[in-house]
Amino acid sequence: MSSKERILEAVKKNQPTGLPLPALAVSDHSASDLVQQFIRALGNIGGTAIEVEDWKDITLHLTERFSTDKRWVNLVPELGNMSAAANFEQHPHLLENVTLSILKGHFGVAENGAVWITDDCMGDRALPFICEHLALVIHSNTIFPTLHNAYEHIGTSGYNFGTFIAGPSKTADIEQSLVLGAHGPKSMTVFLLHLRS
Amino acid sequence: MSTDPNSFNHSTTSDHATLADKFNLDEPRVDWHDKTLWFIRNKRDKAAWQLPEWEQLRESASQIKNNVLSNLHSYLLQFEKNAQQNGITVHWAATAEEHNKIVHSIIQKTGISQVVKSKSMLTEECHLNEYLLTRGIEVIDTDLGERIVQLAGEPPSHIVLPCIHWKKEEIGELFSKHLGTPEGISDPQFLTAAARIHLRQRFMSSRLAITGVNFAVAETGEIVVCTNEGNADLGVQLADVHIACMGIEKIIPQRKHLAIFLRLLARSATGQPITTYSSHFQRPRKGQEMHIVLVDNGRSERLGSNDFRNALKCIRCGACMNTCPVYRRSGGHSYHYAIAGPIGAILAPGLDMKKHADLPFASTLCGSCSHVCPVKIDIHDQLYKWRQVLAKNNYIGRTKKAGIKGMAFILSHPKLYTLAGAGARWLMKHIPFVVNNKLNPWYKQREMPDVPQQSFNGWYQQNRKSK
Repeated sequence: MSSKERILEAVKKNQPTGLPLPALAVSDHSASDLVQQFIRALGNIGGTAIEVEDWKDITLHLTERFSTDKRWVNLVPELGNMSAAANFEQHPHLLENVTLSILKGHFGVAENGAVWITDDCMGDRALPFICEHLALVIHSNTIFPTLHNAYEHIGTSGYNFGTFIAGPSKTADIEQSLVLGAHGPKSMTVFLLHLRS
Repeated sequence: MSTDPNSFNHSTTSDHATLADKFNLDEPRVDWHDKTLWFIRNKRDKAAWQLPEWEQLRESASQIKNNVLSNLHSYLLQFEKNAQQNGITVHWAATAEEHNKIVHSIIQKTGISQVVKSKSMLTEECHLNEYLLTRGIEVIDTDLGERIVQLAGEPPSHIVLPCIHWKKEEIGELFSKHLGTPEGISDPQFLTAAARIHLRQRFMSSRLAITGVNFAVAETGEIVVCTNEGNADLGVQLADVHIACMGIEKIIPQRKHLAIFLRLLARSATGQPITTYSSHFQRPRKGQEMHIVLVDNGRSERLGSNDFRNALKCIRCGACMNTCPVYRRSGGHSYHYAIAGPIGAILAPGLDMKKHADLPFASTLCGSCSHVCPVKIDIHDQLYKWRQVLAKNNYIGRTKKAGIKGMAFILSHPKLYTLAGAGARWLMKHIPFVVNNKLNPWYKQREMPDVPQQSFNGWYQQNRKSK
């Protein structure tokens, strides 16, 4: 008998009588100001959220804050030619010198300041983790109150890899002192784009 | 000095009380340890109180886990099928040994001798690092806290905060020895930056990454790994092979259930609203091999126990440790098991009753652990029940057994009880050194109470008569 068969047999024999799944009562957080809630939540965990009215504002903010003579990787076409095109067919190790990556996120979550992003927005899956600074762009009308609403929106959609990113990489392993930039990005900026329709 | 973390001995066979005694030799350090953990417990409270639906979340999480445990057979099969369809190779390991063998054989095929690993309590339970090391493969733990204790040759002392017992000056010294940082530095910012550079090299050179698993979704065949540092992601995304190791109880039915668990996990652990990264691995990256090892190691047996099954609901947040008055004052290493604190004390005896017979007694049964547990495990009830099991199986000390038997005899004979009470009062009053000595464990670190003039019974009789 294989280990699989042995484990499954023991599980079947020992598992108690079936108990039902609970009905998930999604509490109504119809919070009036999701944008402000998101900005506060992200600020509390070491990230920065900036409201912008135009794609150009994003370019302005980034060129002000980050040195343009370092390597940037921009995957937001609306921002134009902010960086040389990266070749994602090559080994991800070659992304190690990326100072800033600018990517599109799908949506934000107001209760925790997280942004949902999937591999189709990453170029290479290593990019959001290996770069020194991370900038994400979402539309200000795509912020959900809680993770319940977030997963309702994700549904059973297919992706190869998806992640909630909430702030810069961090650690408090040395005497509970918070340090930003443990292994991944040292900063995370989320642009909340208010597009007038 | 025993409180020097460098002197930790892997092969220790001392029991919890002895190891706690050693930890308590350095009183200021114990106070510091106690306060640090209580600070984290307070952060957890603040985060929990911000959600009016907190108790509802705990109840839902508990019920989902109950459903998982009662349908585990079909969920496991569903998960395997979906993961395989996603291009992941699924392995089954009945024991820790088999788990280690599987991981080793995957590494062997790649022919490499150094791998990176993010936090995984399962691999600690299985002693994977030691197993691989004796076969010529070095495992680099990439979580900062885990790397610190690894450099020091110690196991983690806390499942979420592996080096919570280390002071920054000691870490400075350790880094100066192993990473070549200048001597006398204790600034956390500087030390973290040094570790970042040191570990970045390892990430860049390792072609194989091992991770743990926080949640495995049966419905989609994906796994979710949560970190703050981003070390799991960096390791996996730069490697050709990803091995994820998980206990069979880590399954959850549907993707939407992640909302419940992710809302509870980080808030319970550190008071954060969510970990920095909650990564959903559904399919391997192009050209990458991905393996999942499903490990039983005693779990299927525990599933059959009405009293102890619930411990399998644990999501490894560590809240029960942060709140535990015994853990905070005895330190994680006093539990001499991969998982310390109250949850470790109910998990360990299930694996080896004899070796861990002391752990269910490392508790005041105050119940604080059960109150903070995000999945409502009845931890303190199980601690109490383990004591019964251990006594029945003769795994408690002779002195304890004789003491309890003697007490039971006296308490069930009223006349003898009255006589014994009078005798004790007389002794404590006239020849106190008979009880105030080292042979009496109650005298340790305590003054004996003042002797009452009379027994309650005597007082009652007197006052009734005078009315």
